[in-house]
Amino acid sequence: MANGHSTAIGGPSSGGLMDSKAAQWVRANFFSSWWNTALSLVLLYIVGKTLIWFLGWGVFNAVWYGPAADCRAAKGIGACWAVFPEKWRFILFATYPYDEQWRPALSCVIFFALYVYSALRVNWNGRLPLVWIVGLLAIAFLMWGGTFGLSFVPQERWGGLVLTLILSTFGIALAFPLAILLALGRRSHMPAIKTLCVVYIELIRGVPLISLLFMASVMFPLFLPEGITIDKLLRAQIAIIGFAGAYLAEVVRGGLQALPKGQYEAADALGLSYWQATRMIILPQALRMVIPPMVNTFIGLFKDTSLVLIIGLLDILNAAKTAVSDPAWRGFGPDVYFGVSLIYFVFCFAMSKYSQQVEHELNRDRHR
Amino acid sequence: MKTMATVLATAVVAFAAAVPAQAQAPASSPTLDAVKARGFVQCGANGSVAGFGMPNAQGVWTGLDVDSCRAVAAAVFGDATKVRYTALTAQQRFTAIQSGEVDILARNTTWTLSRDTSLGLDFVGVNFYDGQGFMVKKSANIKSAKELNGATICVQPGTTTELNLADYFRANRIRFTPVVIERLEENIAAYLAGRCDAFTTDVSGLASVRASNTPVPADHVILPEVISKEPLGPSVRHGDQRWADIVRWSLAAMVEAEEIGLSSTNIDSQLNSTNPAIQRFVGATGGLGAMMGIDNKWAYNIVKQVGNYGESFTRNVTPLGIERGVNNLWTNGGIMYVPPVR
Repeated sequence: MANGHSTAIGGPSSGGLMDSKAAQWVRANFFSSWWNTALSLVLLYIVGKTLIWFLGWGVFNAVWYGPAADCRAAKGIGACWAVFPEKWRFILFATYPYDEQWRPALSCVIFFALYVYSALRVNWNGRLPLVWIVGLLAIAFLMWGGTFGLSFVPQERWGGLVLTLILSTFGIALAFPLAILLALGRRSHMPAIKTLCVVYIELIRGVPLISLLFMASVMFPLFLPEGITIDKLLRAQIAIIGFAGAYLAEVVRGGLQALPKGQYEAADALGLSYWQATRMIILPQALRMVIPPMVNTFIGLFKDTSLVLIIGLLDILNAAKTAVSDPAWRGFGPDVYFGVSLIYFVFCFAMSKYSQQVEHELNRDRHR
Repeated sequence: MKTMATVLATAVVAFAAAVPAQAQAPASSPTLDAVKARGFVQCGANGSVAGFGMPNAQGVWTGLDVDSCRAVAAAVFGDATKVRYTALTAQQRFTAIQSGEVDILARNTTWTLSRDTSLGLDFVGVNFYDGQGFMVKKSANIKSAKELNGATICVQPGTTTELNLADYFRANRIRFTPVVIERLEENIAAYLAGRCDAFTTDVSGLASVRASNTPVPADHVILPEVISKEPLGPSVRHGDQRWADIVRWSLAAMVEAEEIGLSSTNIDSQLNSTNPAIQRFVGATGGLGAMMGIDNKWAYNIVKQVGNYGESFTRNVTPLGIERGVNNLWTNGGIMYVPPVR
């Protein structure tokens, strides 16, 4: 690999300013001393070996298409991507009626469109909530159906990617206002409200999400009178919102506390009421300070939605797990999980990249 | 204060009225009424065990347990598709049936005394007789589980499997080292990699692992000892006898159909049979359905839409590489036996 590098840099037709500069840079950064040279070579060797193995496993020796028998023959040598042509619809849409799966597919597209639309700062105006309401109504209509010639599909049959998106989008969207109220409440001077918020936050943060989901799915129905059941998806969604709200609240409180006291005093001096001051002076500054930890929580929440598998909801990860429980494809878990982790990665990486950009733009005043 | 008193009084009256009403109503079935009003049966199934309860690549639920729910829907509505499935984990399953989230629990659940009594369930029958066994490599030349002295054995934690294993070895005074691994797949991988000398789970599971997970199935043997009884079957909430009747006899009808030679393919041609057993079965005589408060063609609908027990077994369980074995009809050398449907 090291040879490959040097020929690329010092190729026969080269010798220009750029190349020599690049060579200098490489020398300065990788081969400045015998110790660094040794380290670079060892690392190059490890990375190269891994890459070669991965390409062999994932590309050259992989089974891209065909029956499970082909995969079994290549087991241990190459990846089995052939499971995806067979199972992709189940992984993405789970038990949604097969002939109607264009509906969750379209719902996912609407979700993406909503994400992209709201990501553009041009659209950050009064129309944004309206667009979201229309988008979500369209998704609800598509998923449930029951009117305009679409057949009714009960929630038990929803699953796959769209379920993950629903859980995380509503989780984030509703946990956020809850978190702001909780954070403000925790810093309130009214003892009752303050105690309530502190107790809520500490209680929820004191237990793992799994136990909350268990509570919502196993304990809660026992308290309801017989015959009344609340949908399992809704119960899980509420547990996720409550959980994320408590964590986000502490993040927001961090922002509120980091704000200099002078800002609060200045707002008071202007004669603004508590809510006016909070809305116009405190929150805009506090929230932009906590973008990194906030996005951290969002990413964590997005991945945490996969925990709903313990209460039997078929989110994308659980659908993938179910897909490889099929005896024909048993044993190809790693291959399928690899594919699903790519989907998770795309979402999480997009969130993280986007937050970096927003942070940069919003905090431009500090870079001066 | 007055309103408070009124509310209290109303509540007391309502409560007093509700209690005897519930106590003296054996003739009606609240579950059946609820199911009829709702228009579908709520079925608690496994969701990730092939052959018993799992959605296929098209998202359609299939399996032996799923078929027992479909049979009930066929009996009640004349339409086997009127079922909604809830995937339940091992921990959730009993709460789901207790709280009324599901009407039938058909999730490869072993019928035991404690579950039948203290958990408030009523098991209505057995749709699969299972038992725990051992698989070893043929090269180890082990012929009996008693020869496993000092062996390392791969086992999944938190199941009756782990307890049975300890019981059996203690009873036979042989030593073993358990290798406890949570997931089935990893358990199999550990066994195949040689980390354990033997792998233990239900015999049906061993058969399917041997058929679909081992590179050369003939290199592995399942030892003859079956160390536990695992009768798996559907259950309902305790206290609604009429609903339990419907589920019990829907299951029995599938087995009975196989016994008297009725299947989904030939039942239509048998509608005018003069055989009294078949006449009763298809609802031409006897009025068996009416006794349960459902349509007299209930059993016909089950067999026509779901099939008999043998068909269901062949469709769901045989592809796993599991032989019929003890689940054969009693007339064929098995122990599958149901009371007469008459």
